[in-house]
Amino acid sequence: MSKQDLEKVAANGLINRRHLLGLGLTGMGTVASTSLLGADAGLNLEIPRWSKAPGANASGYGSRSRFTDDMQRMAGNPNPLYPGGGASRSPLHQLQGSITPNSLHFERHHAGIPDIDPAQHKLVIHGLVRQPLVFNYEDLLRYPMVSKIYFLECSGNSGSLFGPNPADGSAQSLHGLVSGAEWTGIPLSTLLDEAGVNPEARWINAVGADAASMGRSIPLNRAMDDVMLALFQNGEPVRPAQGYPMRLFVPGCEGNISVKWLTQIKLTREPTHFRDETSKYTDTRLDRKSLQFTYPMGTKSVITAPSGQMKLERHGIYQVTGIAWSGRGSIRRVEVSADGGRTWADAMIDSHQSEKALARFRIPWEWSGGDAVLQSRATDSEGNVQPTRTSLVTEKGNISTYHFHGIQSWAVNTAGDVANVYA
Amino acid sequence: MFTLKKLLTTSAVSVSLVIALSAAVQAQSLGTPVNESQLQGFDLIAQPDGSGYPAGSGTAIQGKAIFERRCVACHGMTGEGTSANTRLVGGDMQSEERPIRTVGSYWPHASTLFDYVQRAMPADAPKSLTSDEVYQVIAYVLHLNGIIEDSLVLNKDSLMQVEMPNKDGFIDSSQAL
Repeated sequence: MSKQDLEKVAANGLINRRHLLGLGLTGMGTVASTSLLGADAGLNLEIPRWSKAPGANASGYGSRSRFTDDMQRMAGNPNPLYPGGGASRSPLHQLQGSITPNSLHFERHHAGIPDIDPAQHKLVIHGLVRQPLVFNYEDLLRYPMVSKIYFLECSGNSGSLFGPNPADGSAQSLHGLVSGAEWTGIPLSTLLDEAGVNPEARWINAVGADAASMGRSIPLNRAMDDVMLALFQNGEPVRPAQGYPMRLFVPGCEGNISVKWLTQIKLTREPTHFRDETSKYTDTRLDRKSLQFTYPMGTKSVITAPSGQMKLERHGIYQVTGIAWSGRGSIRRVEVSADGGRTWADAMIDSHQSEKALARFRIPWEWSGGDAVLQSRATDSEGNVQPTRTSLVTEKGNISTYHFHGIQSWAVNTAGDVANVYA
Repeated sequence: MFTLKKLLTTSAVSVSLVIALSAAVQAQSLGTPVNESQLQGFDLIAQPDGSGYPAGSGTAIQGKAIFERRCVACHGMTGEGTSANTRLVGGDMQSEERPIRTVGSYWPHASTLFDYVQRAMPADAPKSLTSDEVYQVIAYVLHLNGIIEDSLVLNKDSLMQVEMPNKDGFIDSSQAL
């Protein structure tokens, strides 16, 4: 296929997504590397040394290639005045597909990661029920389970974009508090039905077994819907940082309500108004009223490559790729712009995506060496369209910095440097 | 949407199958019955309606000593905080600039203060305060905000009566799913 055959579908180099299958693209994963992609006359291929001697034996527990050790979560420094508090961010710019490896799934803790012996862990369901019950881990493993792929996003993800000036950041540092996984567990309704919900119950109050005994209130109608007691993540027991031996999982909603290390569910008429649903995780509007229990995460996307702090080393065709998600459904459409939102082209979305899960999108783009501003805009199955940053900040103000889901702009300059900008 | 009941009621499944499947699910009942009285030392949930408060009491005068011993490293000598996140006192939701949001200016319910201190504070030794000490120290925080007198005996009943300045400042969005 010659370069002349590439159908341009939007300004500044965007190419019809159908060419994805036929093009030899400049590898996006190596966009910042200096490896030569053209033919080297001095290159003589030989059998490498690892093809001449037996390799390592099989092992009980696998590890990644030592050549990928630079792929790390980004964790802040421990704060001695906030022991165990903090977060780590997924390296979105280095990942592909729509599932985050468990060891790179983002973390947010309010009082550290407890070291829980599952044989001593209890889950209590009580309050406005016919019969209060206590469950142990081994018994819970015997219940019928379901597996679902969902995203999980911290309410504070991308919060710095509410700020007046664009931060010098990467996809990881700005947006890395989102991840995707397959979660397996027991529909919470199964356990609530076993305890027998009293007709006057309206809320469940979920509490974890961490040092903060972190709690959140969730309406009963939602708890009886698609909420899960998650015991497995990507096929293995939920890791300690994600709530071992069990966590609540509330699909599509701010991560904080998927209470980790779940040990108590109390059914009540009213919510508890825990600290993490009054003082924190509430959205103060411009009129100084504050929205409480704002659970669903907005319709959102971000280009993960090329993205902030990368460098395009050569002119040519790149695969623009990223992730999109919505707390209210599946992703129906992702458009990409290379000229700061003036013209748009549809990206290819991987076909196997599901509701309230990450969707991977891709589109070819030819960079000819000029200035460009790359943006992506998601539309979900309910018709919600991702807003521009300007419209979001104008509507919500920036008193609170939760639930940012505006369009991210990555500027590419003539030197190939990629940076976070407001456009 | 994966409760069995919903699946069955929304599809054309025969009544006999419903009964058979319900029986199968019923058999998977592995929870062990407990009484609420067995949960008294376990259930820390304290709600605005007064449910869940333990016996005990305290005044701000008593709480000052505990606060200065256990809380000032993060929250400062008079609740001014060592960061925006640890500030407990002051602020005005109606201020022209970005309002400073504290227990005094922002928190809608006094019960949250009891619930949170009892379950999560002090951060380096959560659940180490007695119920009396929790009442004392939250009385002091409320007093620092000018919400109660320093002589008020805070207990289950008087705490329920405490009105927070921003009590009408929140909108329940829980059904906006």
